[in-house]
Amino acid sequence: MGRILLVRRLAARDLRHHKAQAVLLLLAITAATTVLALGLALQGVTSQPYQQTRAAAKGPDVVAYLSSPGQAAALIHASGVTAASGPYPLAYTVAEVNGHTAGAEVEGRTEAPAAVDRPDLTAGSWVRPGGVVIEREFAEALGVSVGDRLTLNGHSFTVAGIAVSAAKPPYPNICFAGGCEIFLPGVHPKNTGLIWATEPDAIKLPVAAEPLNTYVLDLKLAVPDQAQAFASRYGPGPSGSSHIGPGQPSGASQASSPILVPWQDIAAADGLLVSDEQTVLVPGAALLSLLALASVAVLVGGRLAENTRRVGLLKAAGGTPGLIAATFLAENLILALIAGAAGLMAGWLTAPLLTKPGAALVGAPGAPSLTPLMVVAVPGVALIVTLASTFAPAIRAARSSTVSALADSARPPRRHGALIGLSSRLPVPALFGLRMAARRPRRALLSAASIAVTVAGIVTVLAFHATVNASAKTIGGSSGGLADPIVSRDEQVLTVITIMLITLSALNAIFTAWATVMDARRPSALIRALGARPGQVSTGLLAAQVLTALPGAILGVPLGILLFKAVGGHQTASPPALWVVATALGTLLAVAGLTAVPALAGTRIPAAQILQSETA
Amino acid sequence: MTNIDTGNCALRTRGLRKEHGREASLVRAVDGVDLEVTQGETVAIMGPSGCGKSTLLYLLGGLDRPTAGEIWLDGQDITRLSERALARLRRDAVGFVFQAFHLMDELTAVENVELPALLAGRPPRAARRRAEELLERVGLADRAKFLPTQLSGGQRQRVAIARALVADPLVVLADEPTGNLDSQATSEVLRLFDTLHQAGQTLVIVTHDPRIAATADRMISMRDGVFTGQTMRQGGTSGRPGALCGLEG
Repeated sequence: MGRILLVRRLAARDLRHHKAQAVLLLLAITAATTVLALGLALQGVTSQPYQQTRAAAKGPDVVAYLSSPGQAAALIHASGVTAASGPYPLAYTVAEVNGHTAGAEVEGRTEAPAAVDRPDLTAGSWVRPGGVVIEREFAEALGVSVGDRLTLNGHSFTVAGIAVSAAKPPYPNICFAGGCEIFLPGVHPKNTGLIWATEPDAIKLPVAAEPLNTYVLDLKLAVPDQAQAFASRYGPGPSGSSHIGPGQPSGASQASSPILVPWQDIAAADGLLVSDEQTVLVPGAALLSLLALASVAVLVGGRLAENTRRVGLLKAAGGTPGLIAATFLAENLILALIAGAAGLMAGWLTAPLLTKPGAALVGAPGAPSLTPLMVVAVPGVALIVTLASTFAPAIRAARSSTVSALADSARPPRRHGALIGLSSRLPVPALFGLRMAARRPRRALLSAASIAVTVAGIVTVLAFHATVNASAKTIGGSSGGLADPIVSRDEQVLTVITIMLITLSALNAIFTAWATVMDARRPSALIRALGARPGQVSTGLLAAQVLTALPGAILGVPLGILLFKAVGGHQTASPPALWVVATALGTLLAVAGLTAVPALAGTRIPAAQILQSETA
Repeated sequence: MTNIDTGNCALRTRGLRKEHGREASLVRAVDGVDLEVTQGETVAIMGPSGCGKSTLLYLLGGLDRPTAGEIWLDGQDITRLSERALARLRRDAVGFVFQAFHLMDELTAVENVELPALLAGRPPRAARRRAEELLERVGLADRAKFLPTQLSGGQRQRVAIARALVADPLVVLADEPTGNLDSQATSEVLRLFDTLHQAGQTLVIVTHDPRIAATADRMISMRDGVFTGQTMRQGGTSGRPGALCGLEG
């Protein structure tokens, strides 16, 4: 018991004595765990807004796509059906507005409110002759508001209202549940939205290329949870309609059986808005964890180097190696636990901000429920990262000789004869820089790894943009300049991750520079005593950091492209070479800039002071 | 920068002062020191620990800046020099020998010795040649490829002395050069200093060891930052430093 108290007291005193370092450690681990918690929290985060929208828009339990109105009767009278609306004609059209061209599924509705699937108006009024209502996400992409004019297959209409619906996934995933049957030139299924018009208006829209052959029937069941079973029973087969992807014909016009889409499939398709973000966040969290590992390793290494004399004193006072190791592990693991908990809370609370339901749904997602996986995984990762980076230095400190620890002798540097020989031919800053970099290969490796991860993160973002641009070109003129909300969300998430990567990497560069400057105090003072100028010394330290960052910057480029390919599948593009080169060079410049401050500060201490203190 | 004719004087100070702290915590490490060292002279500055002798040495070598006073080295007042010019001065006119040797652990003996020459921009081959010559001169030609950790204390200090000589400095400043050495190693270092003295090298040695002070032309006592006395020794070490300080049987 007394031993535990002693470890606790020693750990607490040391943390209090090194507040700034403790805060930096907390920041590094919290950043990584926040992103991990975000990635895990996104699971099912849209379900709440979908339910709210379903309630507000009297969403159907099953949506049936029929090839003729005559198929409706059997379904309306099927067992378990309590209410129905429709069948409504569904016309596939080309919408043109504000210079944009897009596909539009136009559903012909009665002017009176329906019993099932009553789209919830968020602006304007319901359909009237010559007046249409546009699904809100689609309206935002088109840039239209109530009162604007648009044409559908050449017919002019006024935007009477804007609404949300729970009967179809929102733009741009309208075809992800129920499928689409669009054969109109210049229209891509990813670029198709939902519009409601009066039934007579909808009926007059079809053209020869896309005749009217689909009808929509909305059904309400006595037991909504049995919607999937109902769809399987009355639909075309066990695969159901949910397996029909974008661009594929729904089959309603070709097969005799109606296509039935249960509300759970629509909810899942709504979740597609978030699933991409999750795909981005999880590898992003992995990258951040790697960076945090490098940061913590450098920071802990630096702290232990500073604590050499303390280790000696503890040992001289009777502290066992176990007590020394336990003290260092305890203080870092306490920080890791706090950071893990902070990251968990931050991720959990910010998830709803990142996963705002968007225009297609009403209501707020609220904080997702804390799953056991999150509660275990997030602090677990924090502990693993810290343990991995603390264990070796803690054991090394515990095993160190008491006499040499009391003398505060620095860990002997590594000798690399070939590099020393090579450096003697270089100008003074490069000579000093190369020798400094070669002294601590482990730190150089961590620094290079950290830069590689950062550059990989930035290259991933660039590759994402290149892919989006290439995809827009593939879709061709059909995109009509429409904004894709999923792309916008991915951009937001990627930007957040990139900012965190850069912040963590900057922290890491500062830690490494600080550790290098601390380690180089004596050699720096010595070479100043031997005639090197302070400017040459600080440039040398800068060169040491840039030299170690260089392989990381080079390696980060293919790593980022490979990472994006692994996450994004086959349809990925490589970013322009100029951007990539600028990223690598910009990162090296940033490293130089971040190192300059501690390097210059280090040379401001008089060499005599350092050399005298080393003698003492 | 002002140059004056200092005649035979290699080093001169006037009213040299170095203060640390303020008001109640003010410490005068060096308090109004006047010193003249002629070319080829060996001066030993003696005093107890903390009397300010190391601080004085660092001021003389341009490693630290005084609070007040003048230091004339090689005909110029170095207190007015920029950092850049001070660096050049340390490179060309001063050689330091430290108590803790301050060798780079990852560099071999010859690499340590050639370091100042490389910092001065000498071609690597010339720097290496000069370093090898000096190692031979200090009796360590066979230890040129050894790392400092593979050398004894005396050998390390001889490497440090060779390094101090690599630029043919006007003055060698030694801070407790035998402070970390045993008797035999002290004897080796004393013999080396005597050789340098015979060759006309100007030496300022800070020490609290009377045996090394006994080898100097002049011994100055220092206490609480001020010179308290001076003893002239005719003929210096006269080639038998060991005998003089009782280290040889």
